[in-house]
Amino acid sequence: MNKNFLEHQLNFNRRRFLSQLSMGVGGVALGSLLMPDLFSGKNVAEANLSPGIPDFAPKAKRVIYMFQNGAPSQLESFDYKPKLTEMFGQELPASIRGEQRLTGMTANQSTFPLVGSFAGFKQYGQSGAWISDLFPYTSKIVDDICIVRSMHTEAINHDPALTFFQTGAQQGNRPSMGAWLSYGLGSENKNLPAFTVLLSRGVGNGQGVYSKLWTNGFLESIHQGVQFSSGENPVLYLKDPDGMNREDRRKMLDNLAAMNQLSYDKFGDPEITSKIQQYEMAYRMQTAVPEIMDLSSEPDNVIKMYGPDCLVPGTYAANCLMARKLSESGVRFVQLYHQGWDQHGNLPYEITKQAKDVDQASAALVSDLKQRGLLDETLVIWGGEFGRTNFSQGTLTPDNYGRDHHPRCFSIWMAGGGIKPGIVYGETDELGYNVIKDPVHVHDFQATVLNQLGLDHEKLVYKHLGRRFRLTDVSGKVVKDIIS
Amino acid sequence: MKINHLLVLVLSVCISIYTLNACTDSAAQGSEMPDVVDYNFHVRPILADNCFACHGPDAKKRQAGLRLDIAEEAYKALKENPTKHALVPRKPKQSEVYLRLITKDAELKMPPIDSKLSLTESQIEIIEKWIKQGAIYKPHWAFLAPKQAPLPDVDDEDWVSNEIDYFILEKLENNHVKPNPTADDESLLKRLSIDLTGLPPTTQQMDAKDNYEKQVDHLLASPKYGEKMAVYWMDLARFADSHGFQDDSYRSQWPWRDWVINAFNKNMPYNTFVSMQLSGDLMPNATKEHILATAFNRNHKITEEGGIVDEEYRVSYVADRTNTFSKAFLGLTMECAACHDHKYDPFSQKNYYQLFSFFNNVPEKGIESVVGGPETYAKKPFIKITKGEVDSLLQFISKKDTNELIVSVMGELEDSIRPTYVLERGAYDKLGALVFPQTPESVLPFNSKYPKNRLGLSQWLFDKKNPLTARVFVNQIWQEFFGKGLVKTPGDFGMQGALPTHPELLDWLAVDFVNHGWDIKHLIRKIVTSATYKQSAVISKEKYEKDPENVLMSRAPRFRIKAEFIRDLILASSGLLNQSIGGPSIKPYQPEGLWEGATSGRGILSIYKQDHGFDLYRRGLYSFVKRTVPPPAMTIFDASNRDQCQIERLPTNTPLQALVLMNDPTVLEASRVLGAKLLENKHPLKDKLSQAFRAIVCRKPNEKELVLLDNYYHLLAKSMTKAKAEKLLKVGEYPIKPQLDKVQLASLMQVIASIYNLEETFSRT
Repeated sequence: MNKNFLEHQLNFNRRRFLSQLSMGVGGVALGSLLMPDLFSGKNVAEANLSPGIPDFAPKAKRVIYMFQNGAPSQLESFDYKPKLTEMFGQELPASIRGEQRLTGMTANQSTFPLVGSFAGFKQYGQSGAWISDLFPYTSKIVDDICIVRSMHTEAINHDPALTFFQTGAQQGNRPSMGAWLSYGLGSENKNLPAFTVLLSRGVGNGQGVYSKLWTNGFLESIHQGVQFSSGENPVLYLKDPDGMNREDRRKMLDNLAAMNQLSYDKFGDPEITSKIQQYEMAYRMQTAVPEIMDLSSEPDNVIKMYGPDCLVPGTYAANCLMARKLSESGVRFVQLYHQGWDQHGNLPYEITKQAKDVDQASAALVSDLKQRGLLDETLVIWGGEFGRTNFSQGTLTPDNYGRDHHPRCFSIWMAGGGIKPGIVYGETDELGYNVIKDPVHVHDFQATVLNQLGLDHEKLVYKHLGRRFRLTDVSGKVVKDIIS
Repeated sequence: MKINHLLVLVLSVCISIYTLNACTDSAAQGSEMPDVVDYNFHVRPILADNCFACHGPDAKKRQAGLRLDIAEEAYKALKENPTKHALVPRKPKQSEVYLRLITKDAELKMPPIDSKLSLTESQIEIIEKWIKQGAIYKPHWAFLAPKQAPLPDVDDEDWVSNEIDYFILEKLENNHVKPNPTADDESLLKRLSIDLTGLPPTTQQMDAKDNYEKQVDHLLASPKYGEKMAVYWMDLARFADSHGFQDDSYRSQWPWRDWVINAFNKNMPYNTFVSMQLSGDLMPNATKEHILATAFNRNHKITEEGGIVDEEYRVSYVADRTNTFSKAFLGLTMECAACHDHKYDPFSQKNYYQLFSFFNNVPEKGIESVVGGPETYAKKPFIKITKGEVDSLLQFISKKDTNELIVSVMGELEDSIRPTYVLERGAYDKLGALVFPQTPESVLPFNSKYPKNRLGLSQWLFDKKNPLTARVFVNQIWQEFFGKGLVKTPGDFGMQGALPTHPELLDWLAVDFVNHGWDIKHLIRKIVTSATYKQSAVISKEKYEKDPENVLMSRAPRFRIKAEFIRDLILASSGLLNQSIGGPSIKPYQPEGLWEGATSGRGILSIYKQDHGFDLYRRGLYSFVKRTVPPPAMTIFDASNRDQCQIERLPTNTPLQALVLMNDPTVLEASRVLGAKLLENKHPLKDKLSQAFRAIVCRKPNEKELVLLDNYYHLLAKSMTKAKAEKLLKVGEYPIKPQLDKVQLASLMQVIASIYNLEETFSRT
């Protein structure tokens, strides 16, 4: 990258450019710096510069991450363990439990009775993957997805585990995955943020979400996830006040620009010109965002695919459909959080409803992207922050039980974006307690996601407090076997 | 062995290593080859960034037994090849350090290819020249106690107002740059008022045309000064109104915030101010006020998530205190040594846990209670504050109707001392060697006369020989008034931090500050009465091209004011501002559904219950901070989420900020209320517009600006209907006088709202 060229392009933003360079930000960050995107706050006007510069040819351009917040049980979804049903009520052998630490919720439990899935399992598709009866729609797309049954993590409680998944560290104010991608790749759409967040809540036990999960951390705040919501203000403060129409806003901005220009003539501060640009971009966003949020133009067959809930704002199904629209419009990272998977007790009843809540729309999103030819370039991820124990938390009865948090193994699935379709990766022991083949650590998962977007997780760094930080902290290996 | 070496390096380097463009601080600073290469300013930044991770202080990760951060070690014969030396003074061609940089042999090349690091040509030249000149090492500048250098000679003595200016002007003259002329009175008053009180000058202040010194006296004496300073201190002290994890329920730490405001207003000396917060409970004859001050170290996040491992979290609280202490008061990144020896600075992991042990004796738990009623608003140890105390000893606590308040504070275990161990890889359950309270000797050894507790730690911190304490604080204050510190990494005075732009000035101010009894107002007065501070903020093209970062300070910096002060300016200029000081945090207008959408439904903070009446118009520093959903109008303007100690905010310029100022009810209501006030007076329209502009921008508009405003008003009035006006006026809860002409008011309101959107309005110019 020719520095003179950059400086030429960035003439009146030279100050920030230099401060970035002086922080030792590498070429990757320069990529995003060059982006004439809305949320970069950078002022490359409408220059025709290419978007971010990946380290190598990317398989995926965008990510949609359907986070199942609360930790869905792998034993009632994708990790079939008939042995557990056979051993119903028997004690978990100490040899298997090993030194696994327990949460405060079961640490004092005197027995650890094994319990199998109340829901049945069947094999589906050419891959013959086992999927529980709670996920009839997901089972229909089984040949499009890659199920990873060997995920494992370090945290055993929600807050740190979620934070670990999203930022690579259990504590601390580090940038979230979407913020890293915004930083590394910039935005594809100059009227929309690179990183958007959609929240919903199911019927099950909820665990809350936190804005630190979409934080920019020590990166500039332009990389922060922007929360989109249903209702009249899909983005905070987007809607003009009652009584003001678009023409009024235009007049206001014209006058404002003229006044700001006078100020620029006086002070010569490039930030003033930048401010004028930011107002223009805000104005464009006021049109672009509501267009995206409007689901009324979606054809009936699409509505049918996602299910009737997708017309109810704020539901998971509506968010899935919106995720497709945002992604289709070039939003780099769409992060969904769906609360309600924390089944410590009353699991059979709760998880049935919770699964029903997400199954159809999750599968529909994959099929919808596929029929639009977008699945190849969109990485879709479905999963929670850890797994659940193979023994019952609380009293075990023939038809009721609960499961506590379990970090040693859990299942997620991925689709599109250069991930091998129709495979099952990794294996757990017959009691579903430990990974016995092809373990995938959270940092490995993160490294793989970045890899699919053309970014080397060891190169995407930011220097802060004298240290170069990265999403995968100090570890992480790309899981090559699941990449096509 | 070489391959092995590389492998170990790749596996071990905890810092992910990469720069495509090796434009580090050093390169940015030294665009020209210096005549005399200085270790601290030219060489060390290069070595620290590229070499120390494997050839530095971290003993476990050290490669080939070679240390390049200490002269004697670097001059020694190489352990792996005793015929060779890493450094041979004056002989680069015999120095392996240089030879390994220029070699074409990929096996020998340093830094190793796998590290993804590389040096630029000019960096290699600097190393070469340094070796030629004798490869002279110097101790790290920040670890040597500051000394007051004589004031430098300058040509233009007339420009100088006080000592600061000598140092600034010397550098300007050396670079053949002239300082900007003094700013005009209006700009200067706005700057001073915002910098000292966080509020714009009132119309009366603008009309008074007092001389500058009188304005300084007046503003420094204003109780608003304490509120302004508290904002910075609340970031540093990670103050918030919620516990911070998961359900993130309420905590009642705000009496500590009131104490901080009061302490700044009383101009409590910095050493007392900090000592009370670190160790007030251990001081002889400690009063309730002393104990309240220690809430500083309990402002960190505390979990209420059922099922967590108690010790894991308790350890994290101690670590938070340790990290905050290092960053806030010493400007050090000690936290890097929590898991291993520091990679760049001379702190071992043992040093870290020795410091940690000062904070490890608190009778606290990782989790004391889950989300619940008032008894959970503070965690043990806490103090109870009664109404009687608020009426007598603790009058600065602003809540007269209270029965009893509880505040989490510091304390010590009574019968025992909790042993502290080095925690291997920082894991709470991997206990290593037993350690005892001790401070890092590379900064200043712990005087054996000091008690080995937090009280002794405060004494060590304010020991006159401590090289960091005064410098770090002076730098923080400089940053408050110039947007950036003299050391532009205020949290890192270590090897990887930025070097001071004006080292002699920093030291002069630090020594002067200590000599004046750590008098904060003395320091601030010195800064704001300097000619440097009073320069205009106009950026000429020439200066911008020569010095875009304004490193030389040939002009006043121009920067957006903090989020809290944006709110303050809106409320003050419209006349809505509630002037009361302190008290429980308040909940102003906020977009609907934010708390509700992010909660599990537990606790009193699961629903946002907006305040009403005069509480809606409190200053920004009183806005309620729920850590997991901080107030968006604040964070969009780069406010801290109060997760951890923070001593600088990264300013951004984004469209979301435009949306806030265009559509936040706070702005629209203020526009309506100011409009109504102006409509009531009988002045002609242009005067009204001029008054609005002056109240908000803090100067009179010029003719061109007035014409634009006037035209805009008429454009609006032309298309304004009564129906439209009524809709526009329906914003905010502050009542409207019914007799006012709605069409006129709505038009005027729109013009005023546009003034609130001017770039200049929220710029410190």
